[in-house]
Amino acid sequence: MTLMIGIPRETAAGEKRVATVPEVVEKLIKLGFSVAVESGAGDAANFSDDTYRAAGAEIIAGAAKLWAASDIVFKVRGPSTDEIGLMREGCTLVSFIWPAQNPELLKQLAAKKATVLAMDSVPRMSRAQKLDALSSMANIAGYRAVIEAAHQFGRFFTGQITAAGKVPPAKVFVIGAGVAGLAAIGAACGLGAIVRANDTRPEVGDQVKSMGGEFVTVDYEEEGTGVGGYAKLMSEGFQKAQRETFAKQAKEVDIIITTALIPGKPAPKLITAEMVQSMKPGSVIVDMAAEQGGNCELTEPGQVVMKHGVTIIGYTDLPSRLSKQSSTLYATNLFRLTEELCKTKDGIINVNMEDEVIRGTTVVKDGNITWPPPAPKLSAAPAKPAAAKPVAAPAAKGHGKGGAPASGTKTAIMFGAAAALFWLIGANAPAAFLGHFTVFVLACFVGYMVVWNVTPALHTPLMSVTNAISSIIAIGALVQIAPPLSLLSGFNRPDSLIRWLAVAGIALTAVNMFGGFAVTQRMLAMFRK
Amino acid sequence: MSESLATVSYIGATILFILSLGGLSNPETSRRGNLYGMIGMTIAVLATIFGPRVTMAGIPWIIGSMVAGGSIGLYAARVVKMTQMPELVALMHSLVGLAACLVGFANYIDPSAAAHLTSAEKAIHEMEIYIGILIGAITFSGSIIAFGKLSGKIGGKPLLLPARHWLNLLGLLIVIYCGWQFLHSASVSAGMLPLIVMTLIALLFGIHMVMAIGGADMPVVVSMLNSYSGWAAAATGFMLSNDLLIVTGALVGSSGAILSYIMCRAMNRNFISVIAGGFGTGGGTVVAASGDAQPAGEVVAISAAETAELLREARNVIIVPGYGMAVAQAQHTVCEITQYLRDNGINVRFGIHPVAGRMPGHMNVLLAEARVPYDIVLEMDELNADFPNTDVAMVIGANDIVNPAAQDDPNSPIAGMPVLEVWKAKTSIVMKRSMASGYAGVDNPLFYKENNRMLFGDAKKMLEEVFVALKS
Repeated sequence: MTLMIGIPRETAAGEKRVATVPEVVEKLIKLGFSVAVESGAGDAANFSDDTYRAAGAEIIAGAAKLWAASDIVFKVRGPSTDEIGLMREGCTLVSFIWPAQNPELLKQLAAKKATVLAMDSVPRMSRAQKLDALSSMANIAGYRAVIEAAHQFGRFFTGQITAAGKVPPAKVFVIGAGVAGLAAIGAACGLGAIVRANDTRPEVGDQVKSMGGEFVTVDYEEEGTGVGGYAKLMSEGFQKAQRETFAKQAKEVDIIITTALIPGKPAPKLITAEMVQSMKPGSVIVDMAAEQGGNCELTEPGQVVMKHGVTIIGYTDLPSRLSKQSSTLYATNLFRLTEELCKTKDGIINVNMEDEVIRGTTVVKDGNITWPPPAPKLSAAPAKPAAAKPVAAPAAKGHGKGGAPASGTKTAIMFGAAAALFWLIGANAPAAFLGHFTVFVLACFVGYMVVWNVTPALHTPLMSVTNAISSIIAIGALVQIAPPLSLLSGFNRPDSLIRWLAVAGIALTAVNMFGGFAVTQRMLAMFRK
Repeated sequence: MSESLATVSYIGATILFILSLGGLSNPETSRRGNLYGMIGMTIAVLATIFGPRVTMAGIPWIIGSMVAGGSIGLYAARVVKMTQMPELVALMHSLVGLAACLVGFANYIDPSAAAHLTSAEKAIHEMEIYIGILIGAITFSGSIIAFGKLSGKIGGKPLLLPARHWLNLLGLLIVIYCGWQFLHSASVSAGMLPLIVMTLIALLFGIHMVMAIGGADMPVVVSMLNSYSGWAAAATGFMLSNDLLIVTGALVGSSGAILSYIMCRAMNRNFISVIAGGFGTGGGTVVAASGDAQPAGEVVAISAAETAELLREARNVIIVPGYGMAVAQAQHTVCEITQYLRDNGINVRFGIHPVAGRMPGHMNVLLAEARVPYDIVLEMDELNADFPNTDVAMVIGANDIVNPAAQDDPNSPIAGMPVLEVWKAKTSIVMKRSMASGYAGVDNPLFYKENNRMLFGDAKKMLEEVFVALKS
């Protein structure tokens, strides 16, 4: 028997997302499941019932019927008390739960003998990345935060010089360079703003730069990376230095986007009322931590307020404001989770508590609360031991240029050896040999100089042309084939043997001579712009 | 033609050869360079034939052998596939080596060659013969083995005889002893025995040397044999007191030596260690070193359609080809995809690692054959800084040259080898037939990186699917 996955309409006020999209419905059916969607579930995200039906889903009108029919329920927001009432006993629920903040909800779900997988509790490790719904939502939220800011901000983001005057570019300051912060940096850079960003974790500086932002450091020594790659609470001294940095930035920038969150703690208050006051009138603050109390003292969660001439946006539903995109990404995350649960592709799920990812995600198993999970064995970025600072990156040597000049002793030894060798030759060799030797040594140097100039792209033609040229050995064979009789007089020369050796030599080198040049020509003809 | 006129012609030929190599500094002048080479060779051969050392009696023989060899050469040059270039080049080196041997023997048995020499000169002359034949024989047998390995007739795995260094040393001692015997032999027939023994040992040494070298080190071997064929020519030049041969041999020899040096440095390896034996011959160290740093994580596979999607949405793409592209003959499909992406305004470039493929510059030739414009084919150093701004880095049939362990893991056998930093791109796609490790036998942490995707399958087939998906 295959299981039925049910997707109810989201009941939370203002929630426009839906837990699956038609594209993913098809994939779920391929895994062996049947899919039921509540009528109108996708309306707010622009997915009509018809598109779901076309993808193979059954459309069920009314939440009660849908909940009753479903073995597995996919949701975005955690279920309301009403919804828990509708739930079948022993049902499997996948949604955002926030177990730390909602212990009551867990108990209710446990009472229903349910199995609950919380998308906010997916362990942070590389393998689980494809089902990390928090990251995909944060990415959307970061983008949307910039769009909201742009909407409230009375100027262009990009600097322009127009016939009607010069427009300076907007300056954006992003606090917290996690997924949301990086997405915000990227979006703001894309609009042409000058973007600065700060994070307590110094290693994200490169990521900020890669998105086009400038990393502003706080002048204080403290490692800010906590377990699992998240930020941690910083010391008092650091916080003071941080406030000074932010106060300075607040005076300069037009837009501040804050994303600072510490897991399981209220959001740190980073922007004080005085800082808001010091900002230019018309500036905008987007407080993406509003749901956890806000990074700005004056934020009102869910509202847009005007304080001291500064617009403070405290929306808590930023991903929902991009409902189609967020639904699609969330649905894909859920699909990846389903794949993990159903490795046999037969429409039956196996909540394998041995699997580290599934273990971490599952908060209630068959009516037993299993949250919090044991500490993960492997963190995405292991916390660095504070003392050890691994540097010593081997410097890759450039191409075509030598490394550091050889040390004095080494050079001296080489010259000494060469001198001894030359002396040996000079002392013993006859004059005729020395003439040839001079030519030889000079030719080696000429070859050395010439060949270093050859572009690496042409190394193969270089080899084939030098190969062709080395068939100059033919000359050695040519002079032996039939020397003038005057040279031979008086010798008993095995003429025919020598001739055959020479003929073979000529034939062999002729293969090279003609073949080498021809193939080089063929290759070089291919090199074109 | 008088003696002086022939000498002047030789000088002209020398200059043309130098210009020929100089012309290769740039693809635009390279064709002229090759032409200089041909003219130089023609002058040298004609000046010799019509010079004072060859009589009319030899002309029919010369023409006959030239036509026979030349037609074989031209035929081979016409039919060879660009992917087989390393084999052809190796085979041609063997011919030079063999010719050097033959010339050496012919010279030795020719009593007129050393007739007017003093005894010191005669000793030198015989030493030259001896060394010329030695180098020629090593080049010959080594190149034959290299040809076999490159064409797959002999397995690519290094053959490691027990106590192989001692065997080589023993061979060297016998060669020196034979040389002493040879120099002190009273007559030609008495000197023949040590000469032949030495030739046999040199042949065995050449075989042994190349057999012990792994497939990934082939670029070094091919360029080294190239160098040897030059030294063989130079030795022949000394033997015949011919400056043209000396100069040309020295040019070719130093050219091959420089190439070997470049290749060794590109693999961060010592020339001696390459020659001494195959990769990872330090016994268990390879496995042990990577054992505790086993890359963790999961490999994410990707389909051809998804690859096409990634490519279509990218702005900057870097393609890193490797030997796998040559094996699969995928260069034409790569070019079609490149063409399509460029037409759609996507900046596509190629990153070539110095040792990608089986001989220096192998990838460049393949891409040129597929008509990829050479100005978008760049060297590793030109490109490495650009990876962070690259959306998609596509690795086609390469492994060790994109292994981040070379930089991150000081215990890795390839630590310190310069590599293309594809993992710095936003997404990297690795096309591979399976999860097998590369020639170096080192696992590749790149495959487990979060931003890496694996496209499994035959490179050509998968690329064709990608191309179809791109166009649809």
